[in-house]
Amino acid sequence: MEPTELSMLELGKKLGSGELSSVEAVRACLSRVDRFDGQVKAFLMVDREGALAQAEAADRRRKDGRRAGPLDGVPVGLKDLFLTEGLPTTAGSAILEGFVAPYDGTVVKLLRAAGTPIVGKLNMDEFAMGSSTENSAFFPTRNPWNLETSPGGSSGGSAAAVAARMVFGALGTDTGGSIRQPAALSGIVGLKPTYGRVSRFGVVAFASSLDQVGPMTRDVPDCAALLQTIAVHDPCDSTSAPMKAPDYLAELEGGVRGMKLGLPREYFELPGMDPEVRASVEAATRALEKLGAELVPVSLPHTKYALATYYLVAPAEASSNLARYDGVRYGLRAEGAGNLLAMYGRTRDQGFGLEVKRRVMLGTYALSAGYYDAYYLKAQKVRTLIKQDFTDAFRTVDAVLAPTSPTPAFRIGEKVSDPLAMYLNDVFTLPCNLAGLPGLSVPCGFTKASLPIGLQVLGRPWDEARVLRIGRAFEREHDFHRRTPPLRAA
Amino acid sequence: MSVADFQPVIGLEVHAQLLTRSKIFCGCSTEFGAPPNAHTCAVCLGMPGVLPVLNETVVEFAVRVGRALGCRINPVSIWARKNYFYPDLPKGYQISQYDQPLCEHGALEIDTDDGPRRVRILRIHLEEDAGKNVHDAGGGESLVDLNRSGVPLVEIVSEPDIRSSSEAAEYLKALRDILVYLGVNDGNLEEGSFRCDANVSVMRKGASQYGQRVELKNINSFRFVQKAIDYEIGRQVELIESGGRVAQETRLFDAVRGETRSMRSKEEAHDYRYFPEPDLPPLRIPAGYVERIERELPELPRAKLHRFVGTYGLPAYDAKILVGDRALADLFEKVQAVYKGPAKKLSNWFLGELLRLMKEEAREVGALRFTPPQFASLLEMVDAGELSNNAAKDVFAEMFRTGRSPREVAQEKGLIQVQDTGAVEAAVDAVLAANPGEVEKYRAGKKQVLGFLVGQVMKAMKGKGNPALVNAALRAKLGD
Repeated sequence: MEPTELSMLELGKKLGSGELSSVEAVRACLSRVDRFDGQVKAFLMVDREGALAQAEAADRRRKDGRRAGPLDGVPVGLKDLFLTEGLPTTAGSAILEGFVAPYDGTVVKLLRAAGTPIVGKLNMDEFAMGSSTENSAFFPTRNPWNLETSPGGSSGGSAAAVAARMVFGALGTDTGGSIRQPAALSGIVGLKPTYGRVSRFGVVAFASSLDQVGPMTRDVPDCAALLQTIAVHDPCDSTSAPMKAPDYLAELEGGVRGMKLGLPREYFELPGMDPEVRASVEAATRALEKLGAELVPVSLPHTKYALATYYLVAPAEASSNLARYDGVRYGLRAEGAGNLLAMYGRTRDQGFGLEVKRRVMLGTYALSAGYYDAYYLKAQKVRTLIKQDFTDAFRTVDAVLAPTSPTPAFRIGEKVSDPLAMYLNDVFTLPCNLAGLPGLSVPCGFTKASLPIGLQVLGRPWDEARVLRIGRAFEREHDFHRRTPPLRAA
Repeated sequence: MSVADFQPVIGLEVHAQLLTRSKIFCGCSTEFGAPPNAHTCAVCLGMPGVLPVLNETVVEFAVRVGRALGCRINPVSIWARKNYFYPDLPKGYQISQYDQPLCEHGALEIDTDDGPRRVRILRIHLEEDAGKNVHDAGGGESLVDLNRSGVPLVEIVSEPDIRSSSEAAEYLKALRDILVYLGVNDGNLEEGSFRCDANVSVMRKGASQYGQRVELKNINSFRFVQKAIDYEIGRQVELIESGGRVAQETRLFDAVRGETRSMRSKEEAHDYRYFPEPDLPPLRIPAGYVERIERELPELPRAKLHRFVGTYGLPAYDAKILVGDRALADLFEKVQAVYKGPAKKLSNWFLGELLRLMKEEAREVGALRFTPPQFASLLEMVDAGELSNNAAKDVFAEMFRTGRSPREVAQEKGLIQVQDTGAVEAAVDAVLAANPGEVEKYRAGKKQVLGFLVGQVMKAMKGKGNPALVNAALRAKLGD
């Protein structure tokens, strides 16, 4: 068996016993990158020397009896939104092409402390704006399950790299579904933690009140272990919760017996939902019922406003967060501008892609004098209502079940010219970000065309442990997460 | 019609840098005068991925200012982003406070020609300073220095309660004195740590509606404040008189030409697109916090002035000078606490010798070498007749330079006047015995001779005789 068939925790055990070395694990990853990434195109940058050096250090620690933890020596990948000292960080944008980060972000520091070699930086929609990775300024990433289709986005490179076994796990970010939707479309596990659970320091900001870092892995125990590594209070992030994370592995196998799981009417009644997705997700809910959970119909009445709300709040914050890319201090600066205004205009015109420009303009408009009350302020009020929907639901249920995405992976190019159709792909994932809740996507089946489908589990704030436990209970009953995409070396 | 027919209406916005050691949202030093960009980090350079973390001392300083100006301290205030593009603003937005500032509704009392006047304070909020663009660097390039980026500021906004340029200057001086007293600002207009914008309008006397206001920027000295406002009042009045209308705009004061000129019109005004800063939670002031700060507030300049006049019986002129420097006033009180003589006498020494020497030697109160008891004992030696006034000045100068005890210095210099009546009488006896002719003359009515005899006694005593004692002894012996 190839080492890359192992999960993170399985590999970690073998590294601990000396049965495998971290260098072997990194080499196995690099070998798959060499064989398959020409087709998948998940990586923007592969750090061979760096990863091998980190692996050697991990192997030395083991020999010295100083293993840093269960993931020491387990190779991972990073969405290219995480600042990594000395390595390029592009956020998928031409405006940051050639930018080398001057510091490690907090989660990167935590990964380094945990001993996980970083194989490389993974492709994404520019500034995390998109649901297909087609908005990358460099190239689209392809879904390992079907290279004609998208792995989803914006963390599409991370999802594809994990699905294609080119890394054992990865970190993504989720602002409106950017971890969960690509996880669902690529057949892996992805968790968006509660807002404030994981530090955002050193993560290129898209929409500050919605962005959250999370793990993308092959199974739920890995997801719990990787979350454990990064769920640490960070004094450098004022929105990071000053609380200690529980032991996410401790209760993971506890099952769902006696839990009340809500089925929100509004999610299952969406007209555009793919029938195969609906059938698969409904089957998953029945499986959980069989395991002893009680299914309870619930209503989240403001769900229909989530998309409009999101597309006011997120672009408004983005328009401000992206103002710093002005050509003055770093990144791209357009040549030949005769004055300051022209330099700003040309730099941003050349450096930003179409979708980024669209959202910067949407956000600028929503915040403008005379429109603020009607758009941004109204959206914030609706956001409160959406949050309240969940608070009400969680009075009667322990978690909510829903599809992650209304469709399986779509063809590359299919939606790229229709932004609204692309936005609709996030309709099931957006409310969770607006409400700041934890949301997990676990593989729950495949379409007839062998494309993965995801089940979404939404929990109470700070209740990741339960969300993971529900995901794990379902995962144990099948082998969807064990299947490997049918990649053939070119 | 003329300027005299119009009522100017003025409101001031003051930006004051807070004297914290580090910046408002990162750990970089706020020290002035470092090489360009020496005091910067990823956060204040606006690198991707950085987040602000509030420096709590900044809040404490702002609450001090708020309470000193009688403001309500809002238990919850909101950080907001003010969005605009400029090379000295690395994030493309300034973190400030907008519709829910930290402090609101205070007042500052100033002295005007018509007596004291209360200028209401609309609000005080916290924000970060921007960096600085340097345009005359040569090569046609502009440079950016971000040392100042992220230095904490309070913005203090008055209501339009000011009615003349001299009142405006008075308000600024009073405000600066308070901030310096609170230890939160160095009051330096030239280095830009205390900056002022003015909103100026004029209306015909007796009118009930304010005129169109114009914002004046770049006023960086007390002298310029008056000049800029007076120029602007004149300009607006002239405009109205000639049938024109004052336009809503921002004007820049040109100190060289002594005039204001248009910087941007209403149409060119920025839309700052304020919205709540998502990277910072609301600023919550814990229960008891304001009370604690309040207890620690020092006596403010105006109250101290009244007390110096009331308690010490000092003339207002003296009190104003002493109170103008908190450390000087404190020193005065420390000396006066041990000194048994009249406060006015001490005040004369402060306003005379002390300030003169401090100026000559460019020494601040904090760097003075002598102690308050030393100063007091010097004055007591004068009062007791041990030192003449002139000798005391010599002793003071030495004490000022070295911190040595005044008695020691006076003794070493041989300046102590002989107080021993026995010694004086012996000398008097000797002089009378040696000058029988002069004694005769005196007794015959030629009283002028006394001066000669005093001189002889002082000479015999090598100048150390107390003149009063010598006089009295001579008169007694001569039978007066």
